[in-house]
Amino acid sequence: MSLMATTRTSPIHHREADVIIVGGGFMGAASAFFLRQRGLSVILLERDMIGQYASGVNFGNVRRQGRYLCQLDLANRSRALWSRLPELIDDDLEFLPSGHMRVCYQQAQIAELEAYAAAPEARELELQVLSGKALRERFPYLGADVVGGSYAPHDGHANPRLAAPAFARAARRAGADVLEGVEVSQVEKTGSGFRVQTEGQGEFRSAQLLITAGAWGDRLSAQFGEPVPLVPRGPQMSVTEPLPYRLKTVIGVYTQLEEEVVYFRQIPRGNIIIGGCHRATPDMVSRRVSFEPQAMVLQMQQMRRVIPQLGNINIIRSWSGIESYLPDSLPVMGPSSQVEGLYYAFGFCGAGFQLGPGVGEVMAELLSTGQTSTHIDSFHIRRFAAAEQRERVAV
Amino acid sequence: MASSRILIVGAGPAGVRCAETLVRHGLRPTLIDENRRDGGQIYRRQPEGFQRDYRTLYGSEADKAKALHDSFDQLRPELDYYSDTSAWHLSGQRLYAHQQGRPLELDYDHLLLCTGATDRVMPVKGWQLAGTYSLGGAQIALKNQAVSIGHEVVFMGSGPLLYLVASQYLKAGANVAAVLDTSAFSKRLSALPKLLSRAPLTARGSLLLADLLRHGVSLHFGIRPLEVLGSTDSGVSAIRFARADGSVSEICCDALALGYHLRPETQLADLAGCAFQFDELSRQWLLQLDDLGRTSVPQVYAAGDGARIRGADAAERAGELAAIALLQDLNRATPELAARQQQLHSELAVLSRFAQGLSEAFPWPAQHAAQLSDDTIICRCEMISAGELRRTVQAKGALEVNRAKAFSRVGMGRCQGRYCAHVGAEVIAAASGEPLQVVGRQRGQAPVKPLPISLYAVEPTDPAPQESMQQPAPEVLS
Ligand SMILES: Cc1cc2nc3c(=O)[nH]c(=O)nc-3n(C[C@H](O)[C@H](O)[C@H](O)COP(=O)(O)OP(=O)(O)OC[C@H]3O[C@@H](n4cnc5c(N)ncnc54)[C@H](O)[C@@H]3O)c2cc1C
Ligand SMILES: Cc1cc2nc3c(=O)[nH]c(=O)nc-3n(C[C@H](O)[C@H](O)[C@H](O)COP(=O)(O)OP(=O)(O)OC[C@H]3O[C@@H](n4cnc5c(N)ncnc54)[C@H](O)[C@@H]3O)c2cc1C
Repeated sequence: MSLMATTRTSPIHHREADVIIVGGGFMGAASAFFLRQRGLSVILLERDMIGQYASGVNFGNVRRQGRYLCQLDLANRSRALWSRLPELIDDDLEFLPSGHMRVCYQQAQIAELEAYAAAPEARELELQVLSGKALRERFPYLGADVVGGSYAPHDGHANPRLAAPAFARAARRAGADVLEGVEVSQVEKTGSGFRVQTEGQGEFRSAQLLITAGAWGDRLSAQFGEPVPLVPRGPQMSVTEPLPYRLKTVIGVYTQLEEEVVYFRQIPRGNIIIGGCHRATPDMVSRRVSFEPQAMVLQMQQMRRVIPQLGNINIIRSWSGIESYLPDSLPVMGPSSQVEGLYYAFGFCGAGFQLGPGVGEVMAELLSTGQTSTHIDSFHIRRFAAAEQRERVAV
Repeated sequence: MASSRILIVGAGPAGVRCAETLVRHGLRPTLIDENRRDGGQIYRRQPEGFQRDYRTLYGSEADKAKALHDSFDQLRPELDYYSDTSAWHLSGQRLYAHQQGRPLELDYDHLLLCTGATDRVMPVKGWQLAGTYSLGGAQIALKNQAVSIGHEVVFMGSGPLLYLVASQYLKAGANVAAVLDTSAFSKRLSALPKLLSRAPLTARGSLLLADLLRHGVSLHFGIRPLEVLGSTDSGVSAIRFARADGSVSEICCDALALGYHLRPETQLADLAGCAFQFDELSRQWLLQLDDLGRTSVPQVYAAGDGARIRGADAAERAGELAAIALLQDLNRATPELAARQQQLHSELAVLSRFAQGLSEAFPWPAQHAAQLSDDTIICRCEMISAGELRRTVQAKGALEVNRAKAFSRVGMGRCQGRYCAHVGAEVIAAASGEPLQVVGRQRGQAPVKPLPISLYAVEPTDPAPQESMQQPAPEVLS
């Protein structure tokens, strides 16, 4: 039996609002919450259950370092919100600013880590690049292959399973209509606003429309003549049995080889969560993506390369989730270039969890004031229109 | 199609009869089992070199055990057999396993899952105390190591195994303090017409009961378990329960064997993408199967207790039927096979009727899940209480099992929900007022059982099938 069949449709109270949000992942749920804070009426339409896809099953890295520098302004804004979650939504999402260590295997990469740390955009991260003796003293458990690393003292990790649902509950308490089991089929601009058709649940209307449909965002943007070359992939995750809580820093490998990209974190309950090395191709019909056995093999080998002492432990569970990727590894975020009142925030390329609160706040600012103080211009959907045009000209 | 690669998981009654049928028709299947030796659960074979006789080991089932072992011994040269080999995942017609600390991959065209069953348990307050065992665990301790789980043992739960294991303990000289059955005795009477479809077995059941009574074991029917009393330091000291009339009693003991019949092992089928259906009578999710054992996934078959809990005799027949299905799918059907199929079906009809009688006589006490006190631990791996799960349902609106698991961690631990997911679902159903089937089924995730990471740390060397080198050495991960 599929999960989809068990999602019940929430009772529908209103069919019109200032803003309709399509997609109840982290981005949609956080946007709903912050839009309510700004006093706009909101209907959030989620096809299945809130946070059931990427937002609920991701690795849980609240990591800024390593992002493209153009993303750090947004990531910083989000990071500030992570510290304020208890007062904002009455839930800390188990966020732990544990520190994040990005290690490398090649001497030449140390200089790259240093250049990153020295960039003005990364100033707030207070990165410390370590190698040699300093590295061994600080992280004595790292294996011999590791030659250096960049330590981010304020990055950390949180529990993804809780995130979008907690934001959705807070949004609901603040008066948003959060509807599960409502799939949007057609979106169109009418004279004064938007008409949103659903699969069997009737029609909704709004003045503004926000598309936060994750790996399905391209299907909706295409309906407004703005296709994007989105590719869904499934990063691979596994988790060990509980062990004494010793590994307090999140660790990830900086490398160009996908199979070397392993990252892991231990939670205070003791389990070590492991991710990376491989991405599977999702089945977009059943909306499922499997954990593939070869990923387990790679993760185990690569993790032991970083920390050789991780010897006699057991993996107890594995999973994957459907995430959306774009060719330039940047999201689609901001206003439409075609339609007034239409906004997008999807395609977060494996890195949207840390951004969730920030995206919600920025989108709320954008929809309610028409602008935002945060630099998001590099994420504008028009970059694909330009690319398409260039292609057309070339043909 | 002679080159079709056939893989059977499980060398119990179902797996062995399945293999035998295939070999008889000129095929050479691969058979794996995580046990050291063949025989499966009930006919578990003693370690090589041990000489306990069949009567001692298998009692009334000695002849059947011997027959199955003999069949297997004859088959062995015709099989590629991997013992001590545990399957942990499958993907793209390749099974991932490990054998004695080494990874092993097996490619297949046809997969026959004969993975058996495990104990079905209902939690009771205090069951995390040392000295609480599953019924099956208690039996294995006795059979394999010839040790009792305690000096004064209470057997609690329901189902035929409750009486069987209690009497096996008696026979072994242990003190059975009590047998506490949640099923009312009247259920047995109303199920009698079905139970009489195998009158000798039913009679044997009554003999067990008489035997227990003769030894002065106190027997209670229609009880409700209330609490396992004791302390963290010294473990179990007594069982508190409500009698059928509502009065509360306590029985002193130092060990508890707890079990409510069985639940099928279906993780591999789940990972293969096989569809499930809800069975009202047992309140369990069972594989969707055709009448020969084909699952919803082409070329994947299931037989034995892993498919339908009907016992060992039925497992032997179902294993043979699954082999017949496979032979049909390979266009090797013959008139003899068709006749055999008909005979097996009529035998299975009787066995199924009896199994149904057992389910009715010893029903799963779903209502007890609703009554569990809030401080009862439901998920022993993660130490999550019934109260926590109920709060998750109420405060967070988690009305679906996978959702409730994500929020509460019930079913997230080492056992992967084997021992708690079905109870978690009952608690969610009761707390939300939704029918159990709507609450859903916890999806299986690899690995089937905890997987040691050391497996992939060293360069693996080629493991070889223990008996035969006919098949090229399987590909190994690097
Ligand atoms: C395994 C994995 C590990 C990851 N690890 C990290 C990490 O460590 N750190 C990090 O920062 N990021 C990580 N990410 C990325 C991060 O999880 C995502 O970028 C982020 O959750 C995206 O959120 P979203 O709301 O855009 O998408 P989603 O969570 O996919 O939500 C989109 C929602 O829209 C709904 N929807 C789609 N179409 C419709 C429709 N037509 N009608 C109604 N509803 C619709 C969907 O049902 C879905 O719920 C990881 C992702 C995965 C999969
Ligand atoms: C604990 C317990 C005690 C029982 N006691 C009795 C009894 O006393 N009397 C009675 O009549 N019936 C008893 N039964 C029921 C009886 O065992 C079954 O009816 C019968 O064994 C079913 O046969 P089968 O071939 O379907 O499964 P099984 O005999 O259980 O064989 C299944 C085999 O599959 C193997 N297997 C499963 N998963 C994997 C994997 N992932 N990788 C590799 N191998 C795997 C197992 O090791 C096992 O050997 C008991 C059952 C259990 C669980």
